[in-house]
Amino acid sequence: MEIDARGLSCPQPVIETKKAVDAKIMHMKVLVDNIAAKENVSRFAKVMKYQVSITETDYGWMLELQKQ
Amino acid sequence: MNILKEKKSLMIAGTITGMISVVLVLLGNPANMGFCIACFYRDIAGAVSLHSASVVQYARPEIIGLLLGSLLISVVRTEFKPRGGSSPVFRFVISFFVMIGALVFLGCPFRMVLRLAGGDLNALIALFGFVAGIIAGSVLLNRGFTLGRSYKQSTIEGGTISGMFLALLFILLFIPSLLKFSTSGPGSLHAPILFSLIGGLAVGALAQRNRFCMAGGIRDVFLFKDFTLLTGLVMVFVAALVMNLVTGNFMLGFEGQSVAHTNWLWNFLGMALVGYGSVLLGGCPLRQTILAGEGNSDSAMSVLGMLAGAAFSHNFSLASSPKGPTIGGQVATIMGFVVITMIALTIIYKKNKKEAVHGN
Repeated sequence: MEIDARGLSCPQPVIETKKAVDAKIMHMKVLVDNIAAKENVSRFAKVMKYQVSITETDYGWMLELQKQ
Repeated sequence: MNILKEKKSLMIAGTITGMISVVLVLLGNPANMGFCIACFYRDIAGAVSLHSASVVQYARPEIIGLLLGSLLISVVRTEFKPRGGSSPVFRFVISFFVMIGALVFLGCPFRMVLRLAGGDLNALIALFGFVAGIIAGSVLLNRGFTLGRSYKQSTIEGGTISGMFLALLFILLFIPSLLKFSTSGPGSLHAPILFSLIGGLAVGALAQRNRFCMAGGIRDVFLFKDFTLLTGLVMVFVAALVMNLVTGNFMLGFEGQSVAHTNWLWNFLGMALVGYGSVLLGGCPLRQTILAGEGNSDSAMSVLGMLAGAAFSHNFSLASSPKGPTIGGQVATIMGFVVITMIALTIIYKKNKKEAVHGN
């Protein structure tokens, strides 16, 4: 599953991610384009016991979340 | 950054911010007003004659420092990213009412924390209101409220608001005769320009690095049970409290507090409106100022909305005084809730309708 959170202001990227986490999706990609969103989503994912790997892209970052 | 490191960094930043806030009061700012984003925009609006309330006119260098501090650090860290185009007019309107709510209470969320640290219990009532507003706003966010996406903008668009405040600094330093300066009242109380500017620059840089947000801290607890952002806010409180106790500036009670009134209901509702609007905007007045410095032109619209709100507040007697709230201020606060709720519900309705059509 891919969540395009680019251009969304805080805390919407986290809310969108939370919806996927609540739906028990084990693996997802979240696209973000600002640092606050990157930090907030990865912090939330870690709290929810997901492994987070971050790749820098030309628009910002792609976060890959994998349930541990 | 791992969570523990992030918390530690927030704690340090919060502590320094709390200390600077009290130092600015010791150097001349009004009591519990080392920083007050709302009051300071109000004073700036007065300084450039957008309103003519003679007791609240001063081009506060703290605000200029916050913006430029955020600009400088974000440029250095290559985090200066001009973005905009996410419902600028709605943002203007919401910020306008956020300012009105703040001036009914007499402080932004930042000053609310500082007032609490000074023993002002009216701020505790306001904190309950602030939390209530944030919860109401969070419910709308959960229901699908969004101001839409922002897009990449030119460097000049992202930097214009900083340019405006740089110009204000230039005028303050070199042609102050263009500006108005209060000779009595809160506007006449201020730390020396250089210290205010340095304090602003330092807190601006710290807030940019740590994504400080008064509304965000409480919102994250409510939405995700995450206490990270709240840590910073708590440390601002603790540091300012300790400093106030040490310097003898702590006075516990409701009555006789500086630039404050004791009307429970309107302290609660004024700050509830601030919390409500801030959550929908994605950040409190401090965070909006910092984001504007980072090149976010949507937040620059918020800054302009707050300046306009401040001007209207004093031109139409909406702002409270130590005697209490005005009738106009009460009506405007209610109007703020109505207008923001109508905007929000319209957005949610349209979004849900669109999703129903597209079947997702």
